[in-house]
Amino acid sequence: MGITSEALVLACSAIGAGLAMIAGLGPGIGQGIAAGHAAAAVGRNPGAKSSITSTMLLGQAVAETTGLYGFAVAIILLFANPLIGKL
Amino acid sequence: MTQQLSGMILADVDFYIKGLFKYNLFGQELWFTTTHVGLIIVTIVLLVLMIVGHHKIVRAKPEDKPKGLQNVLEMAVSAVDNMVAGIMGEKGRGFRNWICAVAMFILFCNISGLFGLRPPTADYGVTLPLGLITFALIQINGLRAKKIHHITSLFQPSPILFPINLIGEIAVPLSLSLRLFGNIMSGTILMGLLYGLLPAALKVGIPAVIHVYCDIFSGAIQTYVFCMLTMVYINDKISD
Repeated sequence: MGITSEALVLACSAIGAGLAMIAGLGPGIGQGIAAGHAAAAVGRNPGAKSSITSTMLLGQAVAETTGLYGFAVAIILLFANPLIGKL
Repeated sequence: MTQQLSGMILADVDFYIKGLFKYNLFGQELWFTTTHVGLIIVTIVLLVLMIVGHHKIVRAKPEDKPKGLQNVLEMAVSAVDNMVAGIMGEKGRGFRNWICAVAMFILFCNISGLFGLRPPTADYGVTLPLGLITFALIQINGLRAKKIHHITSLFQPSPILFPINLIGEIAVPLSLSLRLFGNIMSGTILMGLLYGLLPAALKVGIPAVIHVYCDIFSGAIQTYVFCMLTMVYINDKISD
């Protein structure tokens, strides 16, 4: 039983989408480090808890951007595949 | 067998934008989608809320204790006021209206997933215009505050860095809109997968935990982050 070229592209796209989500590794580590340092800062200076929390959330949201780029690539490969049209 | 199985699972998964009916405009075939339905409902809810709130606040007596809707609105307005004053200072007073409007719009869009709508912000066609409006605000206010130095600052500290500075400017609306879209879209996909995979008996109760995280927590955080970053970027341009 032969594999059609369309099926091959779809299968490789699914693998590529999975590989693209490895981009979630970096933001995970980065957000963890940010949260750990924020916890240490709250421990040293409990009075500044609210401003530390808002700074931490803002920094985490910015750090998340690279992970979301990987997520966008995965979504495009799965649901709006540009490669199928090239066949 | 496997094809049947995956087809069975995929048939239940529901997170796509669906077209309801199509119409022609200027020779283009356009679709009225679930995003439009969500946007219209969110806009109507916000309009009704604001009109009712306006009537209540206009008729409120200053010596009475505020209660009900008036209380909620005063809390929201003073929270946004404090946020803008904390980040932008006195110069940013004019931006309170825009920040409050965009915060309420994004918040209501994000939590509309709780009420069975497909969140409009899980459509890149909604978040990209929001990012582009922020981009226009940044550039226009930069030009007004710094005049020609706004352009020449792209060539600082060395003209060789001009392409990198330009990319840095253009990446702002892209990353703002992608951040909002990605977070809400991932929540929508998670909810769709969960609802598709759970047997009917377990669909009551268990998804509520994920709803709290994906719709309420993530939605509120992303609203806060969008407004915060908008203010930080604008303040970067208008302050000396």
